[in-house]
Amino acid sequence: MSIEEKEAALIEDFSIYDDWMEKYEYLIELGKDLPLIEPSLKTDERLIKGCQSKVWMNARMENGKIVYTADADAIIAKGIIALLVHVLSHETPQDIIDAKLNFIKEIGLQEHLSPSRSNGLVAMLKQMKLDALALNATL
Amino acid sequence: MMKVGLDIEKIRAEFPTLRQKIGNYPLVYFDNGATSQKPQVVIDRISRYYEQENANIHRGVHHLSQISTDNYEAARKTIQTFIGAKHAHEVIFTSGTTEGINLVAESYGKLLQPGDEIIITEMEHHSNIVPWQMLAKERNLQLKYIPLNDQGELKWEKLEGMLTNKTKLLAFTHISNSLGTINPAKEITAIAHKNGTKVLLDAAQSLQHTKINVQELDCDFMVFSAHKVFGPTGAGILYGKEEVLNEIPPYKGGGDMIKSVSMQQTEYNILPFKFEAGTPNIIGGIAMATALEWLDELDYAAIIEHEAELLHYATERIKEIKGVTIYGNSAQKSSILSFLIDGFHPYDIGTLLNQQGIAVRTGHHCTQPVMEYFGIPGTIRASFSLYNTKEEIDLFITALKKAINMLQ
Repeated sequence: MSIEEKEAALIEDFSIYDDWMEKYEYLIELGKDLPLIEPSLKTDERLIKGCQSKVWMNARMENGKIVYTADADAIIAKGIIALLVHVLSHETPQDIIDAKLNFIKEIGLQEHLSPSRSNGLVAMLKQMKLDALALNATL
Repeated sequence: MMKVGLDIEKIRAEFPTLRQKIGNYPLVYFDNGATSQKPQVVIDRISRYYEQENANIHRGVHHLSQISTDNYEAARKTIQTFIGAKHAHEVIFTSGTTEGINLVAESYGKLLQPGDEIIITEMEHHSNIVPWQMLAKERNLQLKYIPLNDQGELKWEKLEGMLTNKTKLLAFTHISNSLGTINPAKEITAIAHKNGTKVLLDAAQSLQHTKINVQELDCDFMVFSAHKVFGPTGAGILYGKEEVLNEIPPYKGGGDMIKSVSMQQTEYNILPFKFEAGTPNIIGGIAMATALEWLDELDYAAIIEHEAELLHYATERIKEIKGVTIYGNSAQKSSILSFLIDGFHPYDIGTLLNQQGIAVRTGHHCTQPVMEYFGIPGTIRASFSLYNTKEEIDLFITALKKAINMLQ
């Protein structure tokens, strides 16, 4: 599936929930499926700055595609990073760099997370794109 | 006018922001430590200024400039009376607490010599730490901290032993923004003065909860922000004793702070203008006075009683929740409830409370040394104001239980 297709599928998944509680319960569930970063990689260098909770992330290349792993010490932050990892992982660096990621708005994450928290989301996304840029340069 | 109790419903009706829903939930605003909401009278004062009075002050001979100047200077007098200052020119308009502290650090700091000492506390907001660290580095001063205890109180008994003939300033907060602890400002000031040490009181968290009289406290400097006392953002006060303000140099150069300027030199203006360079936040100052007048019409004793009741009720109710730890357990405590729930991240709790219309603050509250002392990254902070109610605390506890339920 392409990034856009994965986004479309997520938008559809979220659209069945009209209640914030169901939406957040789903987000919390998604967090449980997050491909976890190896404990030895949970270093300060892999901490994403700008999040209120601790979020660690790693990016590595596998057959020309990036595989992200991550972890967070807050459950909702873990759900959000899981969404981003689900959409961007196993894609080429160039596709990740070019991704518009309109789904964030569509599923109401930006609208429902206050600015300081959505900065956390922005910081996560920025780190993922920076990793893609760095790995793209090694190709 | 006789002041009898507080009619909370009547007061709430004066705050338009409180009458709204967040999603399907009524707003419960418990982030008063960060900023207060504004009564209609303050909002109207701001509109009226821009609709009818706007002009620059201290400069024009024209009608509007005179009205603006008169209102701005009348505001200074109102604030002087409110804080109990001896003279109106001891009241310096600033952009807020942070600027007030930076002004003193920059200006009073110029009189300090290498090796001189400043004492602050482990309880301070970053705005009462960083300017002193910067100054200490620049001028080679020693910065000392009064330590905390497990109740979230300061070990003031250590102060006398820490004071030396080189201690030029003691800067401390009246009320802790992250723990709620009320410091005995008058007694501490007296101890410092016996040593000849000047005192700066950070009153950012005080005036909305308790009456302050600077002459009674005898502090040399006192700073606060209008926006935490029902006034607008971007305005605040530095109070300084006349003799101290006359002794210290200007802070910023520009218009209004001068008597005369030639290409060789400048003769500085008298107090308070010496410290007020450039066009100030005119309506900020005027509306701050409106807010304080509004507050002054209420019964302070009743405010203190009401807020103590809210704090007591919230403290009792939150103990219903398993694994809760309250940070800040001083007997002298303002209406700030800082807590953590074992096994739950404050960010998760804060996010799910927000979904239910409850506004709290999560994080370190700009007091990282406090968090370091307790070995925690941050807390959830509910801070109550005079317009909050027990019913809102019930909504908060219900929402908190629901959040915990979802995160389990």
